[in-house]
Amino acid sequence: MSRSADPRGAMRRIALLVVTSAVATAALAAGTSPRFGFGKPVSEADLAAWDIDVRPDGKGLPEGSGSVMDGEAIYEAKCASCHGSFGESNEYHVLAGGVGSLQSAHPERTTGSKLNHATTLFDYIHRAMPYNAPQSLTDDEVYALTAYVLYLNDIVGDDLVLDRESLPTLVMPNADGFYPGVGFMSVDGEPDVKAPACMKNCPMTGKEISSLPESVRGAHGNLALQSRPIGYIRQGESMAEVQAAAAGGGAPVAVAELAPEALAEQGGCLACHAVVGSRKLGPSFNEVRERYQAEAGARAMLLAKLEAGGAGNWGEMPMPSVSYLPATDRERLVDWILSTPATGATP
Amino acid sequence: MKDSLLTGTRIRPAPENHLGEDVIQEARRRFMGGALMAGAAAMAAPAVAASAESLDIPEWTRQLGPGVGTHPYGMPSRYEANVQRRESPGLTRTKQSSVSFTPLQSLFGIVTPSGLHFERYHAGLPDIDPAEHRLAIHGLVEQPRLYTMDDLLRLPSESRFHFVECGANTAMEWGNSAVPTVQYTHGMLSCSEYTGVPLKLLLEESGYDRKLGKYLLAEGSDGAALTRTIGIDAALDDAMVVYAQNGEMLRPEQGYPLRLLVPGVQGISQVKWLRRLEVGDMPWNTREESLQYADFMPDGRYRQYTWIQEAKSVITTPSGGQVIMDKGYHQITGLAWSGRGRITRVDVSTDGGRNWREATLQAPVMSKCLTRFRCDWNWDGGPALLQSRAIDETGYVQPQMKQLREVRGTRSIYHNNAIQTWKVAEDGVVTNVQVS
Repeated sequence: MSRSADPRGAMRRIALLVVTSAVATAALAAGTSPRFGFGKPVSEADLAAWDIDVRPDGKGLPEGSGSVMDGEAIYEAKCASCHGSFGESNEYHVLAGGVGSLQSAHPERTTGSKLNHATTLFDYIHRAMPYNAPQSLTDDEVYALTAYVLYLNDIVGDDLVLDRESLPTLVMPNADGFYPGVGFMSVDGEPDVKAPACMKNCPMTGKEISSLPESVRGAHGNLALQSRPIGYIRQGESMAEVQAAAAGGGAPVAVAELAPEALAEQGGCLACHAVVGSRKLGPSFNEVRERYQAEAGARAMLLAKLEAGGAGNWGEMPMPSVSYLPATDRERLVDWILSTPATGATP
Repeated sequence: MKDSLLTGTRIRPAPENHLGEDVIQEARRRFMGGALMAGAAAMAAPAVAASAESLDIPEWTRQLGPGVGTHPYGMPSRYEANVQRRESPGLTRTKQSSVSFTPLQSLFGIVTPSGLHFERYHAGLPDIDPAEHRLAIHGLVEQPRLYTMDDLLRLPSESRFHFVECGANTAMEWGNSAVPTVQYTHGMLSCSEYTGVPLKLLLEESGYDRKLGKYLLAEGSDGAALTRTIGIDAALDDAMVVYAQNGEMLRPEQGYPLRLLVPGVQGISQVKWLRRLEVGDMPWNTREESLQYADFMPDGRYRQYTWIQEAKSVITTPSGGQVIMDKGYHQITGLAWSGRGRITRVDVSTDGGRNWREATLQAPVMSKCLTRFRCDWNWDGGPALLQSRAIDETGYVQPQMKQLREVRGTRSIYHNNAIQTWKVAEDGVVTNVQVS
């Protein structure tokens, strides 16, 4: 697990240092030839359409430019419906406002107040906005929108024109508001909370300081219908709710109803009957339909046949009873057989 | 004693249509009537009643059932229809950038069925043809490479069990008790067996720059083209590029056909629908590691790149929104996990953290994986405050909520790994509370 104990890695690092001090290209070629070599060697240019990330130092920013004024028109057309005309809408992420408020008693967490690098704004708009049409904006449009969102936050003036040179030089209001959580960046990092593993008479009062507010009761629906109704510990806000659910109080135990042909297959009917065409062991369903469709007592006769089985109508080979199928399924099968067009299509 | 109890519950007949209703009736009768003996006597005899109904032959015994192949890809019994991923109302504005929670209260053992693994999308679910999918590895490498799924499936593979937990799991509980069940408090947590190619192998194949290459950018091919910075240490340690989950290809919801897995690190870094890995010499400060997924500290500043999910545990039975329907024996059970390695111990308290005893851990205990713990409990019918506390192999002890708040305040959203309290009332109703 520890990389420092990996002598192979260490030797490679040393080897790399040595060779890079010599002729770089030759060294790289001789350095580490791939063990498998699968995957297609490509150039960075081949990856350009995907390689869209922009770092805080500006690496990755494309050519082009955009102004606050250009950005306003694009924003109104493509962004304002979700973010509000002034970037104030809380419906989705709030873009503007609250600059300087994070250290106050009432911090407003917005893109403008929170973001530490303007490059991130460009990167995100470029890769993921507009929400319903990501990666549809031109580089110029992204520069313009970035400029406009900064303007909405009073971070820049209305005459700003952004490009790959100017964007990384902008200093965001919260530029110093982030620091790396080093304790969480490696498994041997230092935790920030150190709790004792006390076992007896620990310093807990058992005093209840918070419970589910009455106002949110029921907000998550009927809890009794959100777990299985088996066991001595069941879900529900009360014994009454558990009881109601167990008594069938709306538990969504729905059976997906099989289509008639699938029912015929599962019921074993198709072992002896074809849906259309000629006889197998018994008549095809369209043969049955053609013979009996017009007869008044056909439905009752066929239902009796399915229940009791029997021979004679189509020869001496008896049909076994299919009373193992529930009565409702037998009725569905007979109705289907008597009504289905000869194509065999299910109604 | 335990055996006789289990036997006793088993022979109780279950009517066909109202499964288990008799259990409730009997529990009510004993509760309300006060006929239950206390203590050990209760454990010995949960009143199986000489009045047990005589058995009928059920309908399913007297008929031929559907044949094989009815469901070429099998589904759970229809009686399990309540066990589903669920959304927490009002949490998000659109379903395309949202989350659904795993029903932890209904699951057993440590593996999350793939169809119940929690979902988190940022721009909806992409429908990716694996034949068209590509993974690019470039940046500070000797030779950028573009891999097809054919290439990746040909490389040496590994399988390991790991948990995935969203960094915002339990976020709603920072300020106060807010949601009713463990599905909503802790359900952005799942555990699977993953199969794929060690990321270290791919990096070595690329000839990455061992001196300058300190970070990776991982990028998805969904409509968010989601990006996260990965530390090279984690990438070389046990990270994988995975294509399979619980024996089959990844579910679309979990990144089909390819995702990154950085064990122990928060879910957002397990970039799904993975299309690109770039080696670099500095973190990228992406939107998902600045505007989101950074910890808002009491001084009004943000702690960034807080990747690792620290040791945490939760009791899943009994848990919030449940009702204990009988006094006497019940097994307390739950899950523990740590992003720093193996769980070494889980303690359980029934008095709100004053006194603790050690739970049994299900073997094998695996690194950065869910660990199931179990503990016998004889409920005397009185009020109780249930807690569990995980300790991992680094010696880290899961903190009480108040200990966490002393350092982090209450506004952080992310990385709430505090001890959870479930209050058991005398009527058996279990609710979500916080205690001091």
